[in-house]
Amino acid sequence: MTSFSGRVGPPLWLLLELTYRCPLHCVFCYNPTDFARTGPELDTQSWMRVLREARALGAVQLGLSGGEPLVRDDVESLVAEAHSLGYYVNLITSGVGLSEARIAALKAAGLDHIQLSFQDSTRELNDFLSSTRTFELKARVASLIKKFAYPMVLNVVLHRLNIDHVGAILALAERLGADYVELANTQYYGWAWLNRAQLLPSREQLQRAEETTQRFRERVGGRMQIFFVVPDYYESRPKACMNGLGSVFLTITPDGTALPCQAARMLPGLTFPNVREASVRAIWHESAAFNHFRGEAWMKEPCRSCPERSKDFGGCRCQAYLLTGDPANADPVCDLSPHHQLITQAIARASQPQDRPSVLAANEAPLVFRDHRASVALAGREPA
Amino acid sequence: MSAVPLSAKPAIGAGFRLQWEPAQQAHVLLYPEGMVKLNGSAGAIMSRCDGVRTLGEIVADLEHTYGATGLADDVIAFVALAMAREWLEIQA
Repeated sequence: MTSFSGRVGPPLWLLLELTYRCPLHCVFCYNPTDFARTGPELDTQSWMRVLREARALGAVQLGLSGGEPLVRDDVESLVAEAHSLGYYVNLITSGVGLSEARIAALKAAGLDHIQLSFQDSTRELNDFLSSTRTFELKARVASLIKKFAYPMVLNVVLHRLNIDHVGAILALAERLGADYVELANTQYYGWAWLNRAQLLPSREQLQRAEETTQRFRERVGGRMQIFFVVPDYYESRPKACMNGLGSVFLTITPDGTALPCQAARMLPGLTFPNVREASVRAIWHESAAFNHFRGEAWMKEPCRSCPERSKDFGGCRCQAYLLTGDPANADPVCDLSPHHQLITQAIARASQPQDRPSVLAANEAPLVFRDHRASVALAGREPA
Repeated sequence: MSAVPLSAKPAIGAGFRLQWEPAQQAHVLLYPEGMVKLNGSAGAIMSRCDGVRTLGEIVADLEHTYGATGLADDVIAFVALAMAREWLEIQA
């Protein structure tokens, strides 16, 4: 067992990925590409036990996510249990499956917050931007969210294929009466990593989108708050990912695997514990996998002697692994990393003039949509 | 920053929830996908802001509880700060 002598605080943030099932097939999804290989979903009673055990440890912010959590029919009972335990309950949904009857039941069960995501994939992008079927669904769900007195919080994942439409996206958000809009650039894990070459925007695209967003902010004033999350590839210092692994964040995947971040299952050499076999307390405080990246003993140079190591914890372990093959390396986003050229090369490729990427162009690397069949095919393959 | 009158009845702002967290030994303010951990005095003030008691009553209660006097200015300053952050609102 790996020991960690420092003080470990509570897992304040608990994210339950209730299912990997999803009616959408987004090319930028961070779910693992081999999700089809994972075991059966936890049943209702097991999720209830996880809620009780984590709450006893001090978990207080609860995210219910997936996949699309609403494909399960027990979300209402899980919300009711979580609310009675004292969690602040956030539902992260595409809106697909959120009928008036369900939102009424969720409200009655004590749901605190709904984040509605625009998970437009390229297959749906035209539909979405041309205000057709997808718009009708989102507009209906948005009006339900307002009718039930929730703040209207929209999350839109940006990438090369839609970032030039940020003005149209914001106008749509305004028509839907959004109070908060998060324009979150894609983070490259899972399906998004697979599709990175098609999804990473150029620096010019990014600058234009930020300018458009700023002009929009000035026009709407305080009516709508807009958060623009820059893709970390364009930063010179890495994000303080998860505030350090094993610090405040605990994810439980559909099959019960406990992870210190949603993407961590990919990390080599670690066996992540499962809530079917261990208590949340044992997992959080005693498991080797959760202790491994706590503190600073795992760090290599340049992180080990870096004055900023306590600020960003060396960045993201998954990104370090995906790009350099060693999760203990500095996140290559950092311009002090000896592997930083991997980022600058990706940016250079993204900035070369190219035809508008198209799913239909047979001579390009195709976009891989997140679906069961693709996942089965990918599950047999080692991650790149 | 305009002074809040002692007759005002502050309440926890819409969209926030205040609760005591034993694991953190602190009052926390919860909001969508976020949390503020309050220090002892902020927690003591905000846990009394129920929209029923006036600010004057809250000050008197705090002075009684903590055996102190002359807390009004500090409490009023904190309430103004908390209102600016929408943690507190004054009931109409």
